[in-house]
Amino acid sequence: MSELPIKESREGSLRIIRRGLSLSPQIIEGWRVTVLLTLLGTAGTSLVPVVVQRSVDNGLGTTDGGVASDRIVMIVAAAGLLLLISAVAAYFAKIRIFTGTERGLTQLRVLAFRHVHDLSMLTQNTQRRGSLVSRVTSDIDQISLFLQSTGMILVLSAGQMLIATAVMAFLSWQLTLVVLAVFVPLVISLKVFAERMSVAYDHVRQTVAELLTTIAEPVVGAAVVRSYAIERRTQQRIDDAIATNYRANVNAQKIVAITFASAILVGGVANAAALGIGVWLGVVGGMSMGTVIAFIFLITLFVGPAQMATQVITDAQNAVASWRRVIELLETPADVVDPGPGSTPLPDGDLGARFTAVRFAYPEGPTVLDDLDVTIEPRQRVAVVGETGSGKTTFAKLLTRLMDPVEGTVQLGRDTAWADVSQVSFDDLRRHVVMVPQEGFLFDSTLAENLRYGRREATDAELEAAIGDLGLVDWFAGLPRGLATRVGQRGESLSAGERQLVALVRSALADPAFLVLDEATSAVDPQTELRATRALERLLDGRTSVTIAHRLSTAENADRILVFDAGRLVEDGHHSDLVDAGGVYSRLHASWVAQASLGVRPETMVR
Amino acid sequence: MTSLDSLGGTDTTNLTRRGFRVLGIGIGRQKAMFSLAVLFSVLFGLTTVADAWVLGWATDHVIRPSFADGDVATGALVAGTLLFITAALLRMISVVGRRLIGGIVYYRLVAGDRRNVTRKYLRLPVAWHQSHPTGQLLSNANADVEATWMVFNPLPMAIGVIAMLIGAVATMLAADVVLTLVGLVVFPLLFVLNVVYQRSQGPRMAQAQSLRGDVSSVAHESFDGALVVKSLGREEEETARFATASEQLRDANISVGRVRAVFEPLLEALPSIGVLLVVLLGIGRIESGATAPGDVVQIAYLFTIVAMPVRAIGWVLGELPRTVVGWDRVRGVLDDTTQMPYGPAGLDGTGPIGLRLESLGFSYEPDEPVLEDLDLEVAPGSVTAVVGSTGSGKSTLATLVTRLLDADEGRVLLDGRPAAEIDHDALAAAVSLVPQATFLFDDTVRSNITLDADIPDETVWEVLRTVQADRFVQALPEGLDTELGERGTSLSGGQRQRLSLARALVRNPRLLVLDDATSALDPAVEQRILRALAERSQGEDGPTVLVVAYRKATIALADQVVHLADGRIADTGTHAELRERSSAYRDLVDAYDQARQEVDHE
Repeated sequence: MSELPIKESREGSLRIIRRGLSLSPQIIEGWRVTVLLTLLGTAGTSLVPVVVQRSVDNGLGTTDGGVASDRIVMIVAAAGLLLLISAVAAYFAKIRIFTGTERGLTQLRVLAFRHVHDLSMLTQNTQRRGSLVSRVTSDIDQISLFLQSTGMILVLSAGQMLIATAVMAFLSWQLTLVVLAVFVPLVISLKVFAERMSVAYDHVRQTVAELLTTIAEPVVGAAVVRSYAIERRTQQRIDDAIATNYRANVNAQKIVAITFASAILVGGVANAAALGIGVWLGVVGGMSMGTVIAFIFLITLFVGPAQMATQVITDAQNAVASWRRVIELLETPADVVDPGPGSTPLPDGDLGARFTAVRFAYPEGPTVLDDLDVTIEPRQRVAVVGETGSGKTTFAKLLTRLMDPVEGTVQLGRDTAWADVSQVSFDDLRRHVVMVPQEGFLFDSTLAENLRYGRREATDAELEAAIGDLGLVDWFAGLPRGLATRVGQRGESLSAGERQLVALVRSALADPAFLVLDEATSAVDPQTELRATRALERLLDGRTSVTIAHRLSTAENADRILVFDAGRLVEDGHHSDLVDAGGVYSRLHASWVAQASLGVRPETMVR
Repeated sequence: MTSLDSLGGTDTTNLTRRGFRVLGIGIGRQKAMFSLAVLFSVLFGLTTVADAWVLGWATDHVIRPSFADGDVATGALVAGTLLFITAALLRMISVVGRRLIGGIVYYRLVAGDRRNVTRKYLRLPVAWHQSHPTGQLLSNANADVEATWMVFNPLPMAIGVIAMLIGAVATMLAADVVLTLVGLVVFPLLFVLNVVYQRSQGPRMAQAQSLRGDVSSVAHESFDGALVVKSLGREEEETARFATASEQLRDANISVGRVRAVFEPLLEALPSIGVLLVVLLGIGRIESGATAPGDVVQIAYLFTIVAMPVRAIGWVLGELPRTVVGWDRVRGVLDDTTQMPYGPAGLDGTGPIGLRLESLGFSYEPDEPVLEDLDLEVAPGSVTAVVGSTGSGKSTLATLVTRLLDADEGRVLLDGRPAAEIDHDALAAAVSLVPQATFLFDDTVRSNITLDADIPDETVWEVLRTVQADRFVQALPEGLDTELGERGTSLSGGQRQRLSLARALVRNPRLLVLDDATSALDPAVEQRILRALAERSQGEDGPTVLVVAYRKATIALADQVVHLADGRIADTGTHAELRERSSAYRDLVDAYDQARQEVDHE
């Protein structure tokens, strides 16, 4: 952001702000009224200098008895009334600004959240999830903070200075020029200050990130730190991070202090100039005494905003950067889109799948699946095997339309009724095809709520029936609070195996014709494993299924095995056909047998 | 957050008193620097008053005479301009000093307590860590420490403001007693308004902060579970859930805004009302000759420039509830007396250690024993597998053996010496635990393995070969120097587990405890690693191995198998023996095969 040439970044910023406002129209809804109220609201601050000027020139400035008390009382009364109006206007202006920005940004937040779920990077690239979360949280907070705090100060200060300048110009254009001239060097130096401040704050943010990571070490890694007796090393790392963060903070504080204070000096010089030149102008040019004094009051209206200016610039840069990130996210096209009206319906009942000349590659990446022609019959039980990177996971993702092929078509259907998956509406597709991921991810809620992810309107009785159908009654009976059992964050109150059970019941409730399963690789406790295997058996019964298999038994029991290697389908057949064929499957099978059986000697292990 | 809510209504005087006590503690810690900051701040207060005095003086000695005589009073004018510039210069210096030194005080206090809290974390036993949520501990060392000392940002300024107010009243009294009365009404009113403002804002801000946390949790969870959301077509429901949380936050933010909208215009208008009153009363005072025009101008100007700084007092008082809550949380950690002292003894000799458990018992909650009456003998250089279903106490056993926890009953003996008598370094050098949950540091691959001990690269590579990690480490952009973690390369679960294993092996432990430490590995890779380990154990200086295992092939490698059930040892023997005589054991270990047979029979 700071590396961009100023001009370009300014144009970019304007585009971002325009686009941002068009996405959250509530922010500027009725802006004319808001601006009017704001100007009225800030006008109050310029009243005092005017009152002082009028009073002094109506005799308050003399001791020779020529005080026009009635006029001054009138002026004060009028000012009091205006002050009241101004305060009320300020109240309404602020309410409008808060309400408008909050409504607009909440809409933007929800919009961005919804869009993230349409981006395949969410499911493909787990490392970027953290940054996607910041798009809908801290980035929006940053914009909101700016619009309501420093941005508001910016608007108020601008209004205040505008009115003050107008009042000044009305009183004396010569003195106005003098005051503005004194503030010019400060305005010019603001840019330098703002750049240095932005660099200093960037550094602070970096040190905070490092600090948080190192402070997490003795907490998250308590067992490691203790069992390796590395307390001193850990403390040293923390102390270093604390010291670095301290220095960065103090360094930033220096810049803040100097910029904040320099406006005061400039204010003093302006006072001196107004006094000197004002008195001279009074003597030679007939300027009134009240005007000179009023200028000294008016100058205070410039000092405050000048003190805050650097902070405002830094915050504005951060806010625009955040806004830019959110907008860029929204402008990232969803790679897999719902065909909308005119979609092809899937036939009810059994489903098969057909891949025709399918190729897949990640954008600017190598081809990961090529030249794939295969048809899966309804109610067929298919196991997909292959090494990591063979293309078997890609195959499953194309089948469930988590991704679209680069070439060729993927179809679902049977007999003569086939539909290209990219022409099937999301609703229809997900009613018929469900993927069961490797890790049974649960949401921090009750068991019942988690099961209802499968079928939202299912009753408790239906949930229990589904549990019964999969033969999990004994497991369910052992849960302390039944359906009301809270599963904890990411389901952590349950074991990994139990989470898989929940995922299976969830899929059973969705009752799809076609199931795609990614078998879990991590070992779970054997009893649960046994339960899961039985439940899975019942779940697959009567459905078409494609399982990414990591286990010998899954492949052995499948109707058909598809063997992938280096992005191609290399073998296709039943276990008995493939096991002794001397191909990829023979090798994989031998390795499975080796690790599953007892007393195996190292030389029989397959690399 | 909830504690802040409850603070709102209850005993505020007590709260304020406690808040002031924390202020006292902070001041005590940074006496010299704090005094310096206050000194600058008092200078600021006085020069602010001086600024108004200069205007009053200039009105009476420069402006009025010049206008009256139609001739510039040159000497006085020069003096006036110089006075303005001098006052501004002093004010500038005082602001730089106050903000910089005040900032240093705050950052030092925060850094100091961060050091205190993390030192305490390093001393508190693992059992204590297990009983406190991670998020809470991280927030104790970060947000709570900051919340405690945040008040020191406005504090020097607030003290300077008190000096300023005294100065202001003094100069006003010197100028005109009647006009001073306006100040004596307006200043306290300004002060009270500020306090009411901060106090009504506090709970609302806390509420918004907590809702901001909710929004973040929903986003985290929903994105983490994206695959489930997508494959079950729940995007709309998820969006609705997120929208609900966002709208609650929105309403809370608007409620914060409403309070601001009420108080800010009031706080801004009040000093102006003061000026109007001064002018109004000033007419009579000047007419009666009781006061000079310069005095009226001076007092009016004072109101204009004093208004903003007075808010600092409101900031301090508004901040106090947070100070108290933060301090209580930080003290909660620092005052904890839980400890697990290490003994003075070393562990003599080299080579594998023999392990013996004598009627060992342990419970996290009273009357809910996790382990009961465990007796076990593990011969030096042997491999023992611990088998049992979830919740049978396997992980607890691993932590007791490595003395991350202390047993409630019985004892753990290493080479015949009670573990509790062994000193920390000797214990760590002899016994290595590879825990279930892998923890890697945000550091290089090398540092993650050596933990900065003096270990040559050849040794590191050798161990990496043993754990089958040499190839992927070689493929990393910087090899051993590759940074891992947040800002570096991220590894798969299996790769992380292998580095965690390497970390243990590189130390040549005499007892190696693996707590399900290979679960994310491909079974074939796991086998190769464990086999290499077992081979090392056969040798002279290989470790004694205790392994918590699920996979049958792993269990089969063990010389001895311990079957844990409900916190007790159900049986001990070789795999073949246990299989022979225990059906429960057979059920447990043969689960995969059993499932397979059932399928075959259908």
